[in-house]
Amino acid sequence: MGCLEFFTDHTFRTVLIGTTAVGATSGAVGCFAYLRRQSLVGDVISHSSLFGVMLFFLLSYWLTGEGSKSLFVLIPGAMVAGIAALLLSQTIVTKTSVREDSGLGVMLAIFFGTGILLLRWVQKASPPIPGRRGLQDYLFGMAASMTQSDLMMIGIVAVAMFGTIVWLWKELKVFTFDPMLTQCLGFRTRWLNVLMIVMLVSGIVIGIQSIGVVLMISMLVTPAAAARQWTNSLGKMVILASFIGALCGLTGTIASALTSNLPTGPVIVLSGVAVFGISIVFSPSRGILVTWLKQRPVDALKRTAVRGGKPR
Amino acid sequence: MPPPIPAISVKNLTVAYDAQPVLWDIDLSIRQQVVMGLVGPNGAGKSTLLKSILGLTPKLAGEVLVLGKPFESNRKQISYVPQRSAIDWDFPTTVLDLVMMGTYGRLGWFRRPGKKERADSMAALDKLSMQEFANRQISELSGGQQQRAFLARAFVQDAPIYFLDEPFAGVDVPTEREIVALLHELRDSGKTIVVVQHDLKTVETYLDQVTLINQQVVASGDVADVFNDEAIDQAYRSETSAQAEELPSQEISSDQ
Repeated sequence: MGCLEFFTDHTFRTVLIGTTAVGATSGAVGCFAYLRRQSLVGDVISHSSLFGVMLFFLLSYWLTGEGSKSLFVLIPGAMVAGIAALLLSQTIVTKTSVREDSGLGVMLAIFFGTGILLLRWVQKASPPIPGRRGLQDYLFGMAASMTQSDLMMIGIVAVAMFGTIVWLWKELKVFTFDPMLTQCLGFRTRWLNVLMIVMLVSGIVIGIQSIGVVLMISMLVTPAAAARQWTNSLGKMVILASFIGALCGLTGTIASALTSNLPTGPVIVLSGVAVFGISIVFSPSRGILVTWLKQRPVDALKRTAVRGGKPR
Repeated sequence: MPPPIPAISVKNLTVAYDAQPVLWDIDLSIRQQVVMGLVGPNGAGKSTLLKSILGLTPKLAGEVLVLGKPFESNRKQISYVPQRSAIDWDFPTTVLDLVMMGTYGRLGWFRRPGKKERADSMAALDKLSMQEFANRQISELSGGQQQRAFLARAFVQDAPIYFLDEPFAGVDVPTEREIVALLHELRDSGKTIVVVQHDLKTVETYLDQVTLINQQVVASGDVADVFNDEAIDQAYRSETSAQAEELPSQEISSDQ
């Protein structure tokens, strides 16, 4: 198949738009997670969402006789599980002496472990559960299975996220920067906190199908971390991260469509890593290269001092 | 004559972390138009007192009145300047942006800052001779400049009461003097200032009133009346006994 045919192909176009939207959304939302230092929290949510995916798949099977893999069913499931894991770990941290990272670790073990258990059980159950095929793809993603209706669900989440970011820009910004100030200014920080959690979870579950629960966290964090290297403005950072995420979605989908052996999710994620690598080396203000160049005269001076010479 | 309603009035305030009381039965009244210092040893609960008045730290018991009304209905009457160390200075934002955040309170939900907010923020920066730094990254500021940016933000909040948590920590002497002059100017223009302060040597020159605390209020009132060796001794002596159990031994020996 030629290159052009791909872009005119209906299925391919659906997948391409879908992965681009996923990348753009998670990139934008990821900036807030990155600045709030919630990468680990995001990873726990991402892994835990597998449990919700399995649970809602089974619920749809019990209700209709056939397991549904529509994102209209699985994304709400993933959200419920992700939020539950986060709230439970917070409860553990406040009610027991367990610290935050351990609390999160325990939740990951419970939710992801149970998710894998259910996945196995669904695959081996006899008589076989209709619709079970392809469920394991939610681990590492299978963008090709995206349908028109899945794309619709991704679109809804994406529009909701960008809408929230634009509409509540000032509140999200000040809350991310200084929660105490936000409270002193008279804003209900409890609401903002809930909103932030919902945004974080949405930015993750939007990608469970195309990128998978295991790798999705990197789509949240890497575009943000890369964008941070190039700008000192939150607005530009969000736009840039969103753009990087979209670009990765695009690249990964095209690359895996043009070759037979490249899986979409990992290629998307690795393109993000590549952009991050370039950013961290070549960033004009905080890059490794510029730091090294600045350090050189310092080292030279140090050598002179060690030799007992005089500065020039 | 200053107005008779106290700026802040605290009754019976108790705060604990787990079962460890940090503040015990605090009664405190702060007159309007004074510079009041909260002074005490490390771990005495000075910052906690500020935060619990502001509702940022949960209290076990107690009541806080701001200008005679319950805190909840009058919270915007206080601008709070946190410790510099409590802030992520690498956050991607400019000095002007930081100051403009002070206007968000009066804007309320959803409304965006516009020309007026920008002008007010520039004026506040001007007042602190920080105008030339308006478009600078906050990470590029020195300690003193960071503190002044914070003060500019407090200005635009335009509240009658200022809370400053250790405004002189990590600030050079000229900047410290400048900030103090500014605080005095604010007081003369009718504001009430509450500062957490470490340095005992400057209490008499900087402050009108002082509250010596160590879990409890040891003494509170005009500096001339209450700031004496006996009170200082009382506030700082009980520290050694209270903290000896908690701190690692090397920290205690380096103190002596």
